[in-house]
Amino acid sequence: MPSCSAKCGRNAILKRPKTSDVLCKECFFEAFENEVHFTITRAKLFTPNTTVAIAASGGKDSTVLAYVLKLLNEKYDYRLKLLLLSIDEGITGYRDDSLDTVKQNRDDYEMSLKILSYKDLYGWTMDEIVAEIGRKNNCTFCGVFRRQALDRGANLLKVDYLATGHNADDIAETVLMNILRGDLARLSRCTSIITDSGDGIPRVKPLKYCYEKEIVMYAYFRKLVYFSTECVFAPNAYRGHARVLLKDLEKIDPTVIMNIIHSGETMKVSETSKMPKLTNCTRCGYVSSQEICKACVLLEGLNKGLPRLGIGKSSKVKRLLKENEEKNKSSGICRGEEDKTCLCSGTDSMKPVKINELVLKELRI
Amino acid sequence: MKITIQFGGGVHLLFGNIKLHEIDLPDREKHWTIGDLLLWMTDNLLQERPELFLQDKSVRPGILVIVNDTDWELLGCADYVIQPKDTIGFISTLHGG
Repeated sequence: MPSCSAKCGRNAILKRPKTSDVLCKECFFEAFENEVHFTITRAKLFTPNTTVAIAASGGKDSTVLAYVLKLLNEKYDYRLKLLLLSIDEGITGYRDDSLDTVKQNRDDYEMSLKILSYKDLYGWTMDEIVAEIGRKNNCTFCGVFRRQALDRGANLLKVDYLATGHNADDIAETVLMNILRGDLARLSRCTSIITDSGDGIPRVKPLKYCYEKEIVMYAYFRKLVYFSTECVFAPNAYRGHARVLLKDLEKIDPTVIMNIIHSGETMKVSETSKMPKLTNCTRCGYVSSQEICKACVLLEGLNKGLPRLGIGKSSKVKRLLKENEEKNKSSGICRGEEDKTCLCSGTDSMKPVKINELVLKELRI
Repeated sequence: MKITIQFGGGVHLLFGNIKLHEIDLPDREKHWTIGDLLLWMTDNLLQERPELFLQDKSVRPGILVIVNDTDWELLGCADYVIQPKDTIGFISTLHGG
């Protein structure tokens, strides 16, 4: 068995994909934690005496993130108040089990925990959404809703930062997906370590340069408890294809992951290309590149019995909404709430909950 | 030859939902490599979706293999010769949060 590259005299237990170093358990822990610390300090991710919500799913990434942030916070005196924020999408047999793991994290790491559900925020659980849309595009709903849900949760909790467990593999996958889709706006911002959702709370990714393999190995050797059943709806997700491609490439040469991230970071969008400008959704006030944000469009579709409305190009949605509005104005055929074919803005009950309308009484920690 | 097989990160879902298997590999003249074990597992233990476990005579990329708490990449991967009482773990990295 080879001995540790750090020349500590102990036997190595793993080969690092990023550097090909072979390390013993202790030197691996130290290297992994130091790199996260370096990432945090170099990018100036946090300022002292602030509050950080950790987006916690109970999976490997957020469990390792919570563990490492707690450890570094104490070791290097970041002076951060850490808490856990979880989203309950309402997926029977998946999220209800993983939330038990988050509750375990809460007790183990002595952090407070806030759980927000899709049902509270949007009036629909993912189970109900899948019953409407089927299993092909359901991840679009889940992804759009989760992103807003985390921001809404962070707002409710009045935290200064929202930290997510995105790892190097995730980011490389997203770069690939955005290239495959030709989504320049997302391509140009998906590698940022800090993203600001307009007037919102900065989102930070402390594990941005951590390989998935190392995260799993870290959790394994630290004996961290995490939840690992695949989402019952995930097998059909588009991301899966990018993931398989990336894993096959990684097998040939693990540095491709860092190289893809590097390409994403340094790529510059040509000045002549048209980029969407960020504005606020006219319905819910959430930051959006369109007049009506994606979540509101998806919700409108669901509430009107046209769940496919928000799937595909935003120009299609705009056209459909406009056509229907004009048609209804001229003919007066809209029969209000029962009218499943009408796409007019309808009654107030069809709009998603605004953040300031989300009464704090039930949602406080 | 008696060995222990452990599953983590969701791999157990392919093996009848059981995370720990104590198995007895049939005696034979030729030694057992992990590569041989993978085929044996596919024939004798695997319950469903073999393509999520096996690819090109090795594990599917994204599944980590740990032999007695050591990364199999340090031991020659599929060529590692299994010893009696080895504990071999298969952990998937693919299941998200």
